[in-house]
Amino acid sequence: MSARADGGPARAGADPAASRANADAAANGAGTGADPADPDGRGELLAVHATDVTLAYQQRPVLWDVDLEVPRGALMAIVGPNGAGKTTLLRTVLGLLRPAAGGVRIFGRPYAEQRRLVAYVPQRSSVDWDFPTTVLDVVTMGTYGGLGWVRRPGASERRRAQAALAQVGMQDYEARQISQLSGGQQQRVFLARALVQDAQVYLMDEPFQGVDATTERTIVELLRALRADGRTVVAVHHDLQTVREYFTHVTLLNVRRIADGPVAEAFTEANLRLTYGGRMAGIGAARAPDHAEPPA
Amino acid sequence: MTPAQLQVLAVAVVVAAACAVPGVFLVLRRMAMLSDAISHTVLLGIVLAFLVVADLRSPILIVGAALVGLLTVALVEAVNRTGLVREDTAIGLVFPALFSIAVILISSLAGNVHLDTHAVLLGEIAFAPFNRFTPFGVDLGPAALWVMGGILLLDALFAAVFYKELKLSAFDPALAAALGFSPALIHYGLMALVSVTAVGAFDAVGSILVVALMVGPPACAYLLTDRLPRMLMLSVGIGAASAVGGYWLARVLDANIAGAMAAVVGAAFGLTLAFAPQRGLLAAAQRRRRQRWTFARQLLLIHLATHEGSASEAAESRLDHMQRHMRWPAAFTARVVQTAADRNLVVQRDARLYLTDHGRAEARAAAVR
Repeated sequence: MSARADGGPARAGADPAASRANADAAANGAGTGADPADPDGRGELLAVHATDVTLAYQQRPVLWDVDLEVPRGALMAIVGPNGAGKTTLLRTVLGLLRPAAGGVRIFGRPYAEQRRLVAYVPQRSSVDWDFPTTVLDVVTMGTYGGLGWVRRPGASERRRAQAALAQVGMQDYEARQISQLSGGQQQRVFLARALVQDAQVYLMDEPFQGVDATTERTIVELLRALRADGRTVVAVHHDLQTVREYFTHVTLLNVRRIADGPVAEAFTEANLRLTYGGRMAGIGAARAPDHAEPPA
Repeated sequence: MTPAQLQVLAVAVVVAAACAVPGVFLVLRRMAMLSDAISHTVLLGIVLAFLVVADLRSPILIVGAALVGLLTVALVEAVNRTGLVREDTAIGLVFPALFSIAVILISSLAGNVHLDTHAVLLGEIAFAPFNRFTPFGVDLGPAALWVMGGILLLDALFAAVFYKELKLSAFDPALAAALGFSPALIHYGLMALVSVTAVGAFDAVGSILVVALMVGPPACAYLLTDRLPRMLMLSVGIGAASAVGGYWLARVLDANIAGAMAAVVGAAFGLTLAFAPQRGLLAAAQRRRRQRWTFARQLLLIHLATHEGSASEAAESRLDHMQRHMRWPAAFTARVVQTAADRNLVVQRDARLYLTDHGRAEARAAAVR
């Protein structure tokens, strides 16, 4: 699918997503069979599919007729200026906000039925890090969804949480009180909590925001490992310089969806200018290997 | 102590313990002031339920109180959602409205209701032993002890059964919602519990002091520990201890028991604020002082290291120069030099300072950081 650089209608054909998704799947060699993300075997290959989502605070539209199409196995960045509705879109996918119009499907079904397939990494600043609890306890919270009401986490949940902590290099911190962590360590704890959920789709709100180099490396490795494992990641991302390096797909958002698709196609200077209103011109294309200089 | 006094003390301890449990979650959710609102508005529920059943000892009164408690929370949220007033203002609007209706109802029915506004505000725990629990004519002790014991048990059960949900929704409500634990359900469950606890406690200590028992002990415990289970246990312990202390204080001063209990809670918080091992004001001041000395020492070492071996070394390493350079008072300079020398970082010869090997290494480490 071509990026909508012309700023044309957000939705082109009847279901252009399906053909692209199938093509992607063929390329990824995604298998079928007993698949938790595809219980009906219908080959639903859009991990996240939001259609015509419109949402307003008071009278001010925050998302206007936005589509989000995340192919299975994609690492998708959601990029856009402040106030573009990136976090709102993520929260709508999670069912935390109810859109005025439009809807969201996870592997073809409503979120409420697919909860177990989705993990969420909120912005670090969204919680109180002075809360009286430990690193291991926070990570164990990722197992609560599987436990359901009332049942308490036991030894196996504890082991899974410890394994997830090791995955982000935080195994030595499990007994720490969470207020004693640096920003990057807090972020890794949140990632470990999402890993424990063993989800198919990971929704991350600015995972790279204000983290140290070690954490940034850890997150990048994690994203690659998740992709290699056939998982899907959607991340709100701010740093335009790293989009090409870290992600396979991108959605450019500014209240409306400006463009989306594989990074090579959608992440163009023209689209960035449309998204940021010309203010950021040049940033994306400057390092773009597939963008030849125009003939002199 | 007479049996009656012991019974009063027992009621006081159980009330304080029961208030502390939901109080912990209120404090963690930053909703402490909602407990103040609820502890007042439950009165309306009691009055309305009384108008229906015409029996002051009916358990229906507790149900009515819990319902009005939930109504309070819902109204506060509704006013808040208009976006025209903030939450604290919404609380300040809703609770006096409901409470005043209750006060008007009580005063106009005063002739036939054994509920007077004075008792409502301050409680009558000293009279607790006179109101007996006598099923089938058998005296089983003060009714308040049974009611409050039941409420304490309910609080403890609720916190134990829904511990994981309460913790998650207090720490990260968005994740709770995403995982399918409805934050609204947990919120209203907790608020129902607060309402029921407030009704029971209110009988004993009055509506004003319930808030002291719900907020004070958890606030102390929050400063004393960084583990939620310990915070719960400490809150109950501090609440119970304050009840005992308050009872003793009331006897010594011949004063109102509930007032003395709340005063002890306040004093306990004052002491905790000052002396808590890590988060207390004293500990923080000490930490700052230590940091100041460490910083001054590092400054000294880095200054010496910078000029070491240079042409200006002789001048720069003189004590009086350094004092001017850092703008330190003489006594402070002497003390910094003394502690540096004690740590074998510098040696002093003829009013000049020389770095030791150890001091040189320390200066490098400090500068790099």
